[in-house]
Amino acid sequence: MVALDASGERLAGDRRHLGRSLAFWLFALLAAVAMLSLGHGASGVSAPQVLLDWFTGHEIARTDRVVLFDIRLPRLLTGMLVGAGLAVSGAVMQGLFRNPLADPGLLGVSAGASLGAIAAIVLGGLLPPAILAAAGWHLVPLAAFAGSWLAMAVLYGIATQQGKTSVATMLLAGIAIAAMIAAVSGLIIYRADDQQLRDLTFWSLGSLAGASWVKLLAAGPVIAAALVVSPLLARGLNGLALGEAAAAHVGIRVQRVKTAAILITAAATGASVAISGGIGFVGIVVPHLLRLLTGPDHRWLLVNSGLLGASVLLVADMVSRTIIAPAELPIGIITAMIGGPFFLWVLLSNRRMLDG
Amino acid sequence: MRLQARDIRLYLGRAEILHGVDLTAHAGRLTAIIGPNGSGKTTLLRALTGEIAPASGNVVMNGRDIAGMRPGELAPIRAVLPQQSVLSFPFTVAEIVRIGLTSSHVQDDGHALIRAALSRVGLPDHAGRLYQELSGGEQQRVQLARALVQIWHPVGSDGPRWLLLDEPVSSLDIAQQLTVMRLAAEYARQGGGVVAIMHDLNLTAMFADHVLLMQEGRAVAEGSPVDVLTDHRLSGAYGCCLQINHTPSDGVWLLPQGAGL
Ligand SMILES: Nc1ncnc2c1ncn2[C@@H]1O[C@H](COP(=O)(O)OP(=O)(O)OP(=O)(O)O)[C@@H](O)[C@H]1O
Ligand SMILES: [Mg+2]
Repeated sequence: MVALDASGERLAGDRRHLGRSLAFWLFALLAAVAMLSLGHGASGVSAPQVLLDWFTGHEIARTDRVVLFDIRLPRLLTGMLVGAGLAVSGAVMQGLFRNPLADPGLLGVSAGASLGAIAAIVLGGLLPPAILAAAGWHLVPLAAFAGSWLAMAVLYGIATQQGKTSVATMLLAGIAIAAMIAAVSGLIIYRADDQQLRDLTFWSLGSLAGASWVKLLAAGPVIAAALVVSPLLARGLNGLALGEAAAAHVGIRVQRVKTAAILITAAATGASVAISGGIGFVGIVVPHLLRLLTGPDHRWLLVNSGLLGASVLLVADMVSRTIIAPAELPIGIITAMIGGPFFLWVLLSNRRMLDG
Repeated sequence: MRLQARDIRLYLGRAEILHGVDLTAHAGRLTAIIGPNGSGKTTLLRALTGEIAPASGNVVMNGRDIAGMRPGELAPIRAVLPQQSVLSFPFTVAEIVRIGLTSSHVQDDGHALIRAALSRVGLPDHAGRLYQELSGGEQQRVQLARALVQIWHPVGSDGPRWLLLDEPVSSLDIAQQLTVMRLAAEYARQGGGVVAIMHDLNLTAMFADHVLLMQEGRAVAEGSPVDVLTDHRLSGAYGCCLQINHTPSDGVWLLPQGAGL
C-alpha cells in the first residue's frame, strides 16, 4: 500500500526491549541469590570454598559434601523450580482468565492438592501395609499431586461443552468445587488425632525443609517441562487479552491455548504444592510486579516471572531459615507475611489499572 | 474473486437469527451491509469471519469454504474489526497493533508496519500511549490499525485480502469518518475486498459499490447503492420515512422526514 518507512528508530510503546533487558538482570539476580542460598545455612559450610575445592580436584570433607550436595543443592533446586512454577502458573492463569488477580487456586488445583495431602496424612494409616511401605513418605506428595489433577479434571469437564471451555464457568465452578473440597477436607480433619493435625498444619504452611534428590527427581521434571513449554503460550495469551473472538480472528487456536494453559498450570502447581505444601502469593505478586515494570506483553512476562519467582522463593527460604535459627519457620508464613502487605501496597498505588 | 455467503441459516441459543441470507461481495469493491438495529448484520458478519458456524448454508472465500479452514489459515487472508472491543491489561497502542501480526511472517520487529498503519488511521503519535487511556474513537481507530497490519497488502499471491468491518465509523467524528471510509475505499480500489456494516446511509451512498439491506434476519435487497437506497425500500426496512434527495452530481442525499428541515 504505502511505502514503509524503514527508519531503524525504535517504536514508542514497544516495551519488548525492556523485557529482554530485565530478563538479563533477573537471570543475574537469580544466579547471585542461588550462590548466596547455597552458602547460607546452619552448618557454616562455605559454598564457594567447597565448590572451588571440588572443581580443582582437592579433597572435600565428607560432612561438607553431604551438607552441600545432599542437603543444600536439592533444596536450592527445589526452591527455584517451585518458585518459578508458581509464578509462571500465576501469569498463565491471569492471562487465561484475563484478570490480574487470577491464581492457580482458581483451577481447584490447590484445594485438590490439599485434600490429597490431608487424606494421606489422616487416612494413610488405613491403607494396606504393603502399599504403605512401598509409598513410604512419598504418600503425601503423591496424594497431593493426584488430588490436584483430579480437581482440575473435574472442573475442566464441567466447564467444557462441545469442545469449548467457558472460562467464566470455570471461574465460578472453581469456587463451588473448592467449597465442596473444603467440606470433605473438614470431614477428614474432624477425625484426625493431634499429631496428624500438627502435620497437616505444617504441610499447609509450606516448607522446603523436606527437599531431597528423590522428591526433586519425581516432581522436578514435571515442573521443568511446564516451564519450558510455557513461553509458547505468549502469543495466544496476548491475543486473548482482546477477547476470544478477536484472538481467533488474528489466527490463534483459542481452545488449544486454553487447554495448554490449564495443563501447564495444573502440572506446575500440582507438582509444586505436592513437594512443598501451600506457598501463597508468589503467583500473584511476581507477575503483577513485572507487568508494572515492563507491561503485560507475555513475550517476556512468562520468562521473567519464572526468573523472579525463583529468586523470590530462594530469598523467602533464606529468611525462613534465619529468622528463628536454628529452628525454621514454614516458608508459606514468610511469603504471606511479605507478600500480603506488598500486594496491598501495589494494589492501592495502582487502583486505576485494575478498574480500567 | 469473491466472498460469498449462501443461504445462511443461523441460530444463537434457540432463536433463529438468520433465515437464509445470501451475500456476494467482490474483491475490488466496498460492500456495505445496512439495516436496522437487531436485523442480524453483526451475526452475518460473524458467520463471514468463521466465528460462528451456520446451521446450514456456507461461506466461500476466494473459492474455499471457510468451514474447513483453521484460524491460522484464515488470518492471513481476512481481518476483522469487531463492533465492540474489549481489553484486559494495560497494553500500549503499539502492543495492541502488533497483535494483528500474530500469524504473519514479518521477519523484523514489525515496527515499520505498525507505524505505517497508525499513520493511516490518523494516529501517528499514539504508539506509546496506553490503549485504555484513549478516547472511544481513538480506540476504534487503533483496532482498525490492528486489523490493517494483519492484511496490509490488499492482494497477495493467492488472491485478494478481505477487510470485514463492523460499524467502522460508529464513534468517529465527521473528519475521521471520511478518513476511515476513504481508507476502506482505497483498500478496495487496490484490489482488496471490503465488507462494512454501516448505519450512516449518506456515507454508504458516497462510498459503497454494493449494498445489502437486512431486515429481521433476512436480506431484503442487494445491489448497487442506487437500486437499494430508495425511499420505498429504506422506509420499509427502517420503519420510518426517509426522503431521498439527488445531488447535482448524480449522488443521493438522505434526510429523515419530519426532522423539521
Ligand atoms: N448471543 C446472542 N444470543 C441470542 N440472541 C442474540 C445474540 N446476539 C444477538 N442476538 C439477537 O440477534 C439479533 C441480531 O443481532 P445482531 O447483533 O446481528 O444485530 P445488528 O444488525 O448487528 O444490530 P446493531 O445495528 O444494533 O448492531 C438481535 O435480535 C439480537 O437480539
Ligand atoms: Mg451489530
